[in-house]
Amino acid sequence: MFSNASNFVHGVDKAFLIIFSISLFFLILLTTIMITFVIKYNKKKHAKAVQIKDSSWLEFTWTAIPMILVMLMFYVGWEGFLPMRQAPKDAMHVKIIGQMWKWSFEYPGNKVSDTLVLPINKAVKFDLVSKDVIHGMFIPAFRIKEDVVPGKNNYTWCIPGELGDFDLFCSAYCGVSHSYMSAIIKIVPEDKYNLWLAVLPVKKADDNKEGYKILEANGCFSCHSVDGKKIVGPSFKSLYNTSIEVNTDGVKHKITADDLYIKNSIYEPNKDIVDGYQQGIMKSYKGIVKEKDLPKIYEYLNSIKAN
Amino acid sequence: MMSNGTDKIEYVSYLEHQGKYSGLRSWIFATDHKRIALLYLYAIATFFFVGAILGLLMRFELIAPGETIMKPQTYNGIFTVHGVIMIFMVVIPGLSAVFGNFFLPILIGAKDVAFPKLNLFSWWIFIFGSILAVASQFLKSGPPDTGWTFYAPYSTTTGTSVIMATTAAFVLGFSSILTGLNFIVTVHRMRAPGMKFFNMPLFPWSIYATAWIQLLATPIVGITLLMLIAERLFGIGFFDPKLGGDPLLFQHLFWIYSHPAVYIMILPAMGVITEIIPTFCQKKVYGYKAIALSSLAIAGVGFLVWGHHMYTSGMSENARWFFSLLTFIVAVPSAIKVFNWISTMYKGSIDLKPPFLFALSFIFLFIIGGTTGLILGSVATNIQVHDTSFIVAHFHYIIFGGMGFAFFAAIHYWLPKMYGKMYNFKRANIAWGSLFIGFNLLYFPQFIIGIQGMPRRYFDYPPQFQWAQIISTIGGVILISGIILMVYNLIMGVRKGEIAPANPWNGSTLEWQIPSPPSLENFDEAPVVKENPYDYI
Ligand code: HEC
Ligand code: HEM
Ligand SMILES: [Cu+2]
Ligand SMILES: [Cu+2]
Repeated sequence: MFSNASNFVHGVDKAFLIIFSISLFFLILLTTIMITFVIKYNKKKHAKAVQIKDSSWLEFTWTAIPMILVMLMFYVGWEGFLPMRQAPKDAMHVKIIGQMWKWSFEYPGNKVSDTLVLPINKAVKFDLVSKDVIHGMFIPAFRIKEDVVPGKNNYTWCIPGELGDFDLFCSAYCGVSHSYMSAIIKIVPEDKYNLWLAVLPVKKADDNKEGYKILEANGCFSCHSVDGKKIVGPSFKSLYNTSIEVNTDGVKHKITADDLYIKNSIYEPNKDIVDGYQQGIMKSYKGIVKEKDLPKIYEYLNSIKAN
Repeated sequence: MMSNGTDKIEYVSYLEHQGKYSGLRSWIFATDHKRIALLYLYAIATFFFVGAILGLLMRFELIAPGETIMKPQTYNGIFTVHGVIMIFMVVIPGLSAVFGNFFLPILIGAKDVAFPKLNLFSWWIFIFGSILAVASQFLKSGPPDTGWTFYAPYSTTTGTSVIMATTAAFVLGFSSILTGLNFIVTVHRMRAPGMKFFNMPLFPWSIYATAWIQLLATPIVGITLLMLIAERLFGIGFFDPKLGGDPLLFQHLFWIYSHPAVYIMILPAMGVITEIIPTFCQKKVYGYKAIALSSLAIAGVGFLVWGHHMYTSGMSENARWFFSLLTFIVAVPSAIKVFNWISTMYKGSIDLKPPFLFALSFIFLFIIGGTTGLILGSVATNIQVHDTSFIVAHFHYIIFGGMGFAFFAAIHYWLPKMYGKMYNFKRANIAWGSLFIGFNLLYFPQFIIGIQGMPRRYFDYPPQFQWAQIISTIGGVILISGIILMVYNLIMGVRKGEIAPANPWNGSTLEWQIPSPPSLENFDEAPVVKENPYDYI
């Protein structure tokens, strides 16, 4: 009766079923009693209330029975959860990297993918790494979720048991594009997986320009692309020394994107707002991006200018 | 039939009483607990209305996948301010500032709270904090976008006006602390001669338990928010790992307050229901002692369960099972209260008037909210539904279905006492119907898609969840219509309604023994204290 999408579905759904059944039983029972009383003891039929004495026996019973039931619920909840903390020693490892607002999956051998491809029926342990704020790694069909906390090495694991595509959502609120931070998981037969992994390219050595590294380290690329695509903010391509339209205190005017403008955009982003964008999305990087690094950023922006 | 005719000819109610000031100043500088209660009522009702409209805006955005009526950043700002308003400005002060202020002194036979001036000062702090919260929406750096939980390190790094919003929450906390302090001293020192703790009605008991939480827990969130502000201003590094801090520290500190804060909302709600049920059944409350003590038990154990908000945060395994166990234990006293309420109806003489309808629907919604809380307390199932719309449904069932419906019950119960006027019953029943139906349509579908994996705080979502979002939005519209009708009916009642008798429901507690509206000092003659406050024979 339970799906076999992962090895945890059984334990979790069993807990759901037990707690729901008990809850539903009490909801129906108590509501029925309530409605019965309201009808039966309505003032019209039952003009005089009958005062009842408290019964310690009754009160003891209705304390003891719920106590036993909640202990049962606690137990099934714990039983369903415990295996989630007991990853087998020989499980394969995949590093899941969360970064505003994109997941990437790093396989052994420094290979990185945007989709999570996994072989069926093999234990896999996920090492959860965040580059900025807290994200949540949530695969509803597998019944697993664990927060991706910067500075903490959280993990979770599972054994996928069904072929097909599944959703991975970000469950912990992480800013403007939180709801777009999702990925696809493909569960495939092991031979297919091996083929796929073999052709997965090794991570490109980082663009070795100094400016690029600074922008990358500060997470600027989660909002600014270098290929002209609009993400959250305007693209860096064709920005440097071109004329752009901005709003300053609600007044629209043109400005040249020179060094000073770029500097102001980084340190006081809410002063000149690029037309078509909202204020308050980009924070000030004052004290975070160092003054001495700015020339390297200018140089890099200049280098990716389309001409 | 104003009962005042017999005892005093020159009887003046607190509404007409002429003090030092007149006009508006006789209100905003009033130290009378009843006037302060009304000041809170008007402020909170306004905030609630604003918050509800913001909620409806979110619902319209979510009616279809993709952008519908607003941009993602706007959506994030709206759910943040919706949460901040509803939590810090509506439900935390809510029942205790309005009905606690008005009825705690009367129910224990006192003429005011222990420190009337401090009481007024608390209201002013509340207004000041609320102004800051509103101001945070209009600063240049843009409305805060962290959610009402202000989780670090997002909150320490986002460019929006987080400092202003957290300062607002900090200031609002002081109002809560001082109100709590005032009520604790009031219960200890101001009870009428002859009224022992176990002769008090149960609403004062619940306000008393709540006041301890306000006093003890609120300072913790105060410090936490200051730490957050310091981190933003000076880069101290409490929470951001890039600066050497720990993001989980923030979560622990935040929930050490915010879980008990849930009981700040729900305990007074349980207290209200415990007053209403005996009156409309004309019966002694069943299990008086159990109800009184379970309030204290909930308040006490409620301090020890905060970790159930953090099962997926990477906390140790031991912490996870320990918090789960304690969470299940704290569920039991709440269940006991439900059994007591229903037993009170047994062989009563039930009068299905609007306050009782609201009380009955409170019990129904509270059972749903409470039992889905069991799903959340169990670790395995929590992992699946944490941070999904299941949570959104659960806490709306508890705080809106619970605390909100209790508030509506209370206002229908006590309005004739507070204003000396009665509202229209038929319109009240229709409003109740559309609130109840709208509420369930709005939130129940969110349980289902939550289990299927719809995360919360999502501006956009995959199409398989749309059916539920449509039902929810329709429910939201029905719910808001119900709210508007209810408020209209109550305002019409106060302005044009019939004069209400002193004891329209044949209640047995002390507020019904004095004229409506009460005089400035509440009791012009010493109140008669009963052994059991719910004695109907
Ligand atoms: C959270 C998303 C976000 C991040 C991260 C971000 N920015 Fe921005 N940025 C924006 C938005 C939105 C705008 C447009 C609105 C404005 O002008 O403030 C913008 C504007 C700019 C501009 C002006 C661009 C133009 O077309 O005129 C520059 C330059 C810039 N950002 C640089 C940076 C740098 C450097 C970083 C990293 C240190 C960075 N941004 C990180 C969102 C972001
Ligand atoms: C009146 C109708 C209401 C509607 C239509 C409504 C709707 C919503 C919606 C759509 C969300 C966002 C969910 C998400 O994106 O994750 C939300 C969040 C929330 N609501 Fe309501 N709500 C209403 C009333 C209330 C009330 C009365 C309270 C408190 C008593 C409340 C407290 C909250 C809180 C605390 C949040 C969480 C905010 C956050 O995630 O930071 N709401 N509500
Ligand atoms: Cu996210
Ligand atoms: Cu909690």
